[in-house]
Amino acid sequence: MSQQAGNDIPEDLTEKTGGSDKIPLFVERQTYRRRRLVDAARALPVLGILLWLLPLLWAVPETSTRASTGLIYVFAVWLGLPVIAGVLIHAMNRRAQPPHPEDET
Amino acid sequence: MAGHVLVIEDEPNIIEAIKFILSREGWNVATHSNGEDAVDVVRAKSPDVLILDVMLPGRSGYDILRELRGDAATENLPVLMLTARGQSKDREMAERAGASRFMTKPFSNAEVLEAVRALAPV
Amino acid sequence: MTNLNALAAISILYVLFLFGVAFFAERASRRGRAKWLRAPIIYTLSLSIYCTAWTFYGAVGSAARNGFEYLTIYLGPSLVLIGWWWVLRKLVRIGRVQRITSIADLISSRYGKSNLLGVGVTLLAVIGTTPYIALQLQSVTLSVEVFHHATPGGVEEQSTAFWVAVGLAVFTVIFGTRNLDANERHHGVVMAIAVEAIVKLAALMAVGIFVVWGISGGVSETLARIDASELGQWEVNGGRWAGLMFLSAAAFLCLPRMFQVMVVENDNDQQLRMAAWAFPLYLMLMSLFIVPIAVVGLDVLPAGSNPDLFVLTVPLEYGQNALALLSFLGGFSSATSMVIVAAIALSTMVSNHIVMPIWLRLNENMVSVSGDVRHVVLLSRRLSIAGVLSLGYLYYSQSGGGAALSVIGLVAFTGVAQVLPAMLGGIFWRGATRIGALAGLTVGFVVWLYTLYLPSFGPGAIIPKSFFENGPFGIGWLHPEALFGISGIDPLLHAVIWSLSLNTVAFFVASLASFPSPLERLQGAQFVNIQQGTGGTRSWSHGAAEAEDLMVMAQRILGATDAQALFLREARRQGSETHLPAPTPEFLQILERELAGSVGAATAHAMVGQIVGGMSVSVEDLMAVADETAQMMEYSATLEAQSQELSRTAAQLRAANDKLTRLSVQKDAFLSQISHELRTPMTSIRAFSEILRDGDGITPEEQSKYASIIHDEAIRLTRLLDDLLDLSVLENGQVSLNLGDGLLCDVLDRAEAAALAYDDKRGLEIIRDASKEQVWLNTDTERLSQVFINLISNARKYCDAPQRVLEIRVTKGETLSVDFIDNGSGVATEAQDVIFEKFARVSDQKAGGAGLGLAISRQIVTRLGGAISYLPGEGGAAFRVVLPLDRALAAQ
Repeated sequence: MSQQAGNDIPEDLTEKTGGSDKIPLFVERQTYRRRRLVDAARALPVLGILLWLLPLLWAVPETSTRASTGLIYVFAVWLGLPVIAGVLIHAMNRRAQPPHPEDET
Repeated sequence: MAGHVLVIEDEPNIIEAIKFILSREGWNVATHSNGEDAVDVVRAKSPDVLILDVMLPGRSGYDILRELRGDAATENLPVLMLTARGQSKDREMAERAGASRFMTKPFSNAEVLEAVRALAPV
Repeated sequence: MTNLNALAAISILYVLFLFGVAFFAERASRRGRAKWLRAPIIYTLSLSIYCTAWTFYGAVGSAARNGFEYLTIYLGPSLVLIGWWWVLRKLVRIGRVQRITSIADLISSRYGKSNLLGVGVTLLAVIGTTPYIALQLQSVTLSVEVFHHATPGGVEEQSTAFWVAVGLAVFTVIFGTRNLDANERHHGVVMAIAVEAIVKLAALMAVGIFVVWGISGGVSETLARIDASELGQWEVNGGRWAGLMFLSAAAFLCLPRMFQVMVVENDNDQQLRMAAWAFPLYLMLMSLFIVPIAVVGLDVLPAGSNPDLFVLTVPLEYGQNALALLSFLGGFSSATSMVIVAAIALSTMVSNHIVMPIWLRLNENMVSVSGDVRHVVLLSRRLSIAGVLSLGYLYYSQSGGGAALSVIGLVAFTGVAQVLPAMLGGIFWRGATRIGALAGLTVGFVVWLYTLYLPSFGPGAIIPKSFFENGPFGIGWLHPEALFGISGIDPLLHAVIWSLSLNTVAFFVASLASFPSPLERLQGAQFVNIQQGTGGTRSWSHGAAEAEDLMVMAQRILGATDAQALFLREARRQGSETHLPAPTPEFLQILERELAGSVGAATAHAMVGQIVGGMSVSVEDLMAVADETAQMMEYSATLEAQSQELSRTAAQLRAANDKLTRLSVQKDAFLSQISHELRTPMTSIRAFSEILRDGDGITPEEQSKYASIIHDEAIRLTRLLDDLLDLSVLENGQVSLNLGDGLLCDVLDRAEAAALAYDDKRGLEIIRDASKEQVWLNTDTERLSQVFINLISNARKYCDAPQRVLEIRVTKGETLSVDFIDNGSGVATEAQDVIFEKFARVSDQKAGGAGLGLAISRQIVTRLGGAISYLPGEGGAAFRVVLPLDRALAAQ
């Protein structure tokens, strides 16, 4: 997965710059929030890769790690990542709702 | 009444007629019948009144008048313009060129005389 | 022990149940009540075909044999889904917008609809999937045997696999090729898979729960038991851990069956948004009890038991027949769902990229019959399904179901992962070309075959044993498991690293070096720049930003005023207080129509689609744009022709107008001229007549002189009026010629006499050659002599030589020329053109004429059928009168 990261930054930059000059000021804060959510969604798999490559450090002979510890760690990450992803997606969905015109002014 | 009148006109019969009319009343009349050197002649003779035809061989009367008006010496010279073309635009052109009076041929002798009298400085 | 017949009955009942689920889902979908079928949860569950029987049975086996490495196979896909924003989002959108039917179609379509690439990916997929299908058949067979205790490799084993294959083929044909849907979605199949997903998760978790709480006695006890087992130490091979994680992630994206459920069956972004977090959890749950089951299995079962079957044998060991049966159904579900989807995916690819192109080439003239083609497509799909399953069965029966199959999973993963560079490059890099994709795939495929796939059959099976000792033909650096002399790496890792890196390098370098075709570039742009809007793409409910985009676009096309008026009108109609109407379908339709008036329907549709999303530009749209452009060009060519004609007409009108204006100016000038010519003599007449009238002081000489001036001027006036009338009559063509015969010399004599009648003192000598003048003319001699008189008079009046001479030269050729040449200075060059015009008096001298003489002469000569012209370069003024001789000839 790591090789895929960073490939589409230009595309998303254009998305941002293309959008920012058209979107009115009053949604600036919302848009800003939304973009940070996207940033978080992008960062999440990178975090996942790092966390799941961490067990390699325990595998060296000097440090002996018990299998149960390893399993609990891997599964804890496995539970945590989807939960965070779900929260992010939920937040995105909520913010993606079109703002009502009368609320804006 | 001993003013000098210069007549610039190409038709000899008309020159003769004007000369006769004015001389009879005591004016000194000089004549010239070419447009080309008309300005020089005017400067040389420095008349009190100039009678100028429009259709002159060599140079148009309007043109001559314009040059005279551009020169300080002849700026205020009274000029009576004669033309055989009786259209209003000819009158306009004469006025624009700086004519003091404008007269359409054929004129009456009394008219010419009266105009010269009126134009001549007292 | 469960009776085999009962097992068969339960299996058949279960299959019937699945048939029912698929059937009802399909029917609901056809009746348009398929909303729940598109629920994100169904989509998420359908992704579970990633977990095949290889997972269900094999994960425990893998854990028992290799420890925790099995986790990586599920960690990779989890990362892909958690990182959905990076790749899957784009991939899924491209799939929807471009109506992609398979991964081969994706690659083919991206690289300019190259069928060669389609065929290549299809072959790769078939080669990679067939053993996998065999593996599923084997797992079902093995699981049946657990209940039956049959001898492995016996007749029954083969027949089980056979009947399972047949059953799956029937199911797949029925639900996989029910219709030729444009978007290739199979609601029935997806629904059945979702149900199977639940069954297999429930079965595995049930076994797991039984193992943890039923056997081990709780979580902490289980953890203790794990630590105490031979798996007790956390040991992983770092290279394999990272490598397999990457490989499984790659395979998750590239496996034909995964592509089918993830991209082809995808309906909206919401599905993906749920799967992004829910499917990793599903995978986590599937993996959760693997180690406990393995540990318990290793613990309680006799040594030498097949760890691949612990999921079945552990419950059976404890007499839990029902649990074992559930577990069996779970395994069965895993196997069948994978085979069904794989068969659909492969059959689509085989049919679209291999069978149909061949059929179309063989029946070129039949393509126009649409119904026929549809039928053929369905038939080819069905045959392909049967073919794929037959291949799987054959592979299974030929390989003998041995250990070779258990490693095939990762081998197949590596094979299909070869598509990854072309796929990711295709959706993220516009510079990727068809040649690059072909090069990458070919290199990757060859390296994979040589380093992993063929060696997987064992040394000596296909690749000679000597290759594994000294390299092929003694070339050490080509050793299949130690390319370029780099040895000591795990063979799988070795193959993954070399095949994918060489693949990527070849893809990149060939892409850089080659030049894409226009269609490739078009498709590349379409894929890479797939619109990045948010929300469900088929709904029209979008934010204000989109309405603004529409506004910006409309202003560009309609002009600011019109666009704003349109938007305001629509906003008012919708009852909105703002200036921007909501982009409802009605409004979009109106807008599209407005835009179509300016840019054509297809373009308008495409433009609105670009902004609204959902319906992006398809190739058909672009074709339509091209068509419309062609039509517009044709239309504008017509317009151009018309406007050329218009401008020609306008030019003619302008010319006519110019002529009229010129005539008007001429008329004014003419009148002014006449006025002048009349007033001048009248001035003299009036002045002198007044002098005479007044009478006083005039000498008798003067009196007589003035009277004669009056007389002369009166004559001049009369002559002028005569000339004018003469000219008018001549110009109007009202003159009647008085034709008669006469000698030229007589006419000249008369003219000379008339012209010189009053020439008392001026003295003009005329030179003539009488011998040449003996020419008879049939003409109006009066008029002709008038011309001659005028020319002679002109010489008399205007010749400025001291000793004036006029030579009259007569030349007879085709026509008769009479030249009048004097010895004066002639007419200036610039005046030569105008002397024949009315009142064109060029001389300064007072000549008494009105300037009408030459104009009248020209009119007369023209009437007489001749011409008069000025002869330049004769020394003096020279005029030539040319007369036609046909009239002269008659007289000779």
